[in-house]
Amino acid sequence: MVAPARAGTISARMSGLTHLDRLEAESIYILREVVAEAQSPVMLYSVGKDSAVMLHLARKAFYPATPPFPLLHVDTTWKFRAMYDLRDKAAAAAGMELIVHRNPEALAAGINPFDHGSRHTDLWKTEGLKQALKAGGFDAAFGGARRDEEKARAKERIFSFRSASQGWDPKAQRPELWNLYNARIRRGESIRVFPLSNWTELDIWQYILREGIEIVPLYFAAPRPTVERDGLILMVDDDRFPLAPGEMPVERSIRFRTLGCYPLTGAVESAADTLPAVIQEMLLTTTSERQGRAIDHDQTASMEKKKREGYF
Amino acid sequence: MTVYTPDALIAADIHAYLDTHQSKSMLRFITCGSVDDGKSTLIGRLLYDSKTIFEDQLRQLEADSRRVGTQGTNIDFALLVDGLAAEREQGITIDVAYRFFATEKRKFIVADTPGHEQYTRNMITGASTVDAAVILVDARKGILTQTRRHSFLAHLIGIRHLILAVNKMDLVGHDQAVFDDIVADYAKFAAGIGIAGFTAIPLSGLTGANITARSDAMPWYRGPALLPHLEAIPVDTDRAAMTPFRMPVQWVNRPDLDFRGFAGTIAGGSVRVGDRVRIVPSGRTTSIARIVTFDGDRGSAVAGEAVTLVLADEVDCSRGDVIAAADSPPEAATQFEATLVWLNDAPLVPGRGYWLKMGTQTVGATVQPPAYVVDVNTQAHLSAETLALNDIGVAEVFTEAALVFAPYAQSHVLGGFILIDRETNATVAAGMIHHALRRAQNVHWQSTHISREAHARQKGQSPRLLWFTGLSGSGKSTIANLVEKKLHALGRHSFLLDGDNIRHGLNRDLGFADADRIENIRRVGEVAKLMCDAGLIVLTAFISPFRAEREMVRGLLPAGEFVEIFIDTPLADAEARDVKGLYAKARAGEIKHFTGISSPYEAPEHPDIRIDTRTESAEAAAERIVEHVLGVWSLEL
Repeated sequence: MVAPARAGTISARMSGLTHLDRLEAESIYILREVVAEAQSPVMLYSVGKDSAVMLHLARKAFYPATPPFPLLHVDTTWKFRAMYDLRDKAAAAAGMELIVHRNPEALAAGINPFDHGSRHTDLWKTEGLKQALKAGGFDAAFGGARRDEEKARAKERIFSFRSASQGWDPKAQRPELWNLYNARIRRGESIRVFPLSNWTELDIWQYILREGIEIVPLYFAAPRPTVERDGLILMVDDDRFPLAPGEMPVERSIRFRTLGCYPLTGAVESAADTLPAVIQEMLLTTTSERQGRAIDHDQTASMEKKKREGYF
Repeated sequence: MTVYTPDALIAADIHAYLDTHQSKSMLRFITCGSVDDGKSTLIGRLLYDSKTIFEDQLRQLEADSRRVGTQGTNIDFALLVDGLAAEREQGITIDVAYRFFATEKRKFIVADTPGHEQYTRNMITGASTVDAAVILVDARKGILTQTRRHSFLAHLIGIRHLILAVNKMDLVGHDQAVFDDIVADYAKFAAGIGIAGFTAIPLSGLTGANITARSDAMPWYRGPALLPHLEAIPVDTDRAAMTPFRMPVQWVNRPDLDFRGFAGTIAGGSVRVGDRVRIVPSGRTTSIARIVTFDGDRGSAVAGEAVTLVLADEVDCSRGDVIAAADSPPEAATQFEATLVWLNDAPLVPGRGYWLKMGTQTVGATVQPPAYVVDVNTQAHLSAETLALNDIGVAEVFTEAALVFAPYAQSHVLGGFILIDRETNATVAAGMIHHALRRAQNVHWQSTHISREAHARQKGQSPRLLWFTGLSGSGKSTIANLVEKKLHALGRHSFLLDGDNIRHGLNRDLGFADADRIENIRRVGEVAKLMCDAGLIVLTAFISPFRAEREMVRGLLPAGEFVEIFIDTPLADAEARDVKGLYAKARAGEIKHFTGISSPYEAPEHPDIRIDTRTESAEAAAERIVEHVLGVWSLEL
């Protein structure tokens, strides 16, 4: 046994491990475990704040090595321009390979969020993701989803087993005990891994603040050209946005709580242009972060349905 | 109540708020109880009272409550937690769900686990990571079978803080006598199974009584309300920090020739630069040269932190090894007594090979027939042949390689394991080590002076195990013999183990029942492994009908050394050939357990080589096998 005097000092230091320290250590453990056990991992990188945190954790986990897997961006061609800028910059800063996949069928058919409704998500994102994972031969894919986002996520394991058709069967999940993750799969099967499972939106923001992680400027309030559609404030990010005859975008001070395809992502009116101010607003707000996303409102339990079909 | 309404501070001074919340601690707890004890309602209430529910979620909740709720026009908090569509219809929680909320002092992670008997595996899953358990009891019903089961499981998995939440007090008129009776009843049971202590709280998830603050409805209750109690429970990490240093190596970090670091999460104790450490199980000692992190080198690190260690000397160390304090290293052994909780529909097959994963170690393992299973209601020890879904038993576990361990009571990281089915890859059991059966003579393996590499080098070849599998009469022995002749002619050192011959000697005590077939293959696998260690090319010709056993043998050898050769003959062809007249006897019922007739043959799904005997002659097949094997070698050179 260690000498009592030394144990005392250890105990004192131990109480210094905060919830962010413990979350960080847990995520790093998960990232390393996948790299140790999977043949060919990949990290889904959506350029949002959760992706930014996940990428940062990967750099920490494998330092001084470069994270030994590529980043994968499943592009829809409809993301905010500022997201494309940060995507390329962040991948370069990490020294990691960036794979950009655009579903060729969606591209050929000109699928867009204005004319095609939920087919936009199905084809660009769900199908595009499946194509990219298959093409890369990836047997493990990291995603930045958190359990506090949505009820179907709350029940998903950290290592989420997917059949050869990439579907999710909530009843066939492997029990996860302690920190023992079973990453064994057969040929053709894969796992989706969620290192941020136990983080909340507030944890993410606090960690971004603590670590000084760069995020897309759209998370901070600034005057931007906007229009209103179905109760959502949308940003007119480029000239593909169909305006009604005579309609002029209105400049509003807005920011985004979550980032996706710009025609599908609602902004909030805000003056919060610093991290503490954003966190302050988030804590005082009365709506959840996915509220600005059109995808969840399609139907009851729509996220669970999408996951069964192969959505992340 | 001010504790749970931080809005004022947030609005007035966000920086002060952020400072406070940066240094919050984290507590994980589990809620468990019978169906209808009101778990989901209680969690919904905690989320609601800690202001974790947003307005849009609340609107959805109100709409759902009216549509499918059970509380009339009132909010049904259970709907907040019951996530999946299927269970909304059934009205029960069927999986582990995780919920998050925070107060000024703590971030909480709640595992909501099912009360339904058939889902015990989810309870064990949820309970394995928590610091505390809230066990719900319906005040009208008192202690039920499920209460005892869940308390036993919580205690079994080592949860040290138990809270007995006597719920629905509003439905018994907030009567102290009801509460006292239940507590007395539970205390008797708890003492009987070795629970050192628990905290009992009378409350109502529905009305919120004694949740965030003491309720006026129960002035007789002098203890803490639930949430303040959860805020005050000590987190278990202090215990881990008090033990000697241990870090299971998770991943070897080798970005270039100049850096070799060992990445891992510290399981126990602390480490400083300059500390003497021992690599277990090899037993080599060295010292810590650097503690590397992304944020710069550190002087020391403690349990719970994920770091990368650089050692002063170039010693062998890889994933699965444990870097430990040099003067008090953990033990390594191959035979253990353990408690097993069976989590899978397919019951334990004693003697069958499973993967055992503990910390960062994965080894092949077999389980002996259980010494007993525990009746969770009476804690009586019952005899059993096997373990079925939800069974809890004590059994001996044998591993194929030395496992670095500590008793589970001392370390969850070095004493808790899972068993994985080699065929389906399902996680089939959770295990907790009591102690090693026989201490290894030394902590270190006896390292032999002539290594297996040296043996192989001397023979000028890479060891291989050419494993022929197929039906009786498919031509395994014929082709294997041809292959060996060719190898011999090429100057290779080989040896052929034939099924029939082995059964005349080494395995003459074994019959043909499933358990005997498994033991037969296990022994052959071990013998073949020794011969590979000696540098030979080993050929085996056994029906070996089960995938799990073939995979077990594959796992005995270094990657790539096991070559599975499937002699694929349709049953009709083998039967028509019937060289030994066995099929005729099996059809006549004279031979029991005959593969293909009365016992299954599990064909390889991805054999390394497949020989179709309808289209390929034995001579051509043998030629192809030799080419395949030599071809692989020539690539290596």
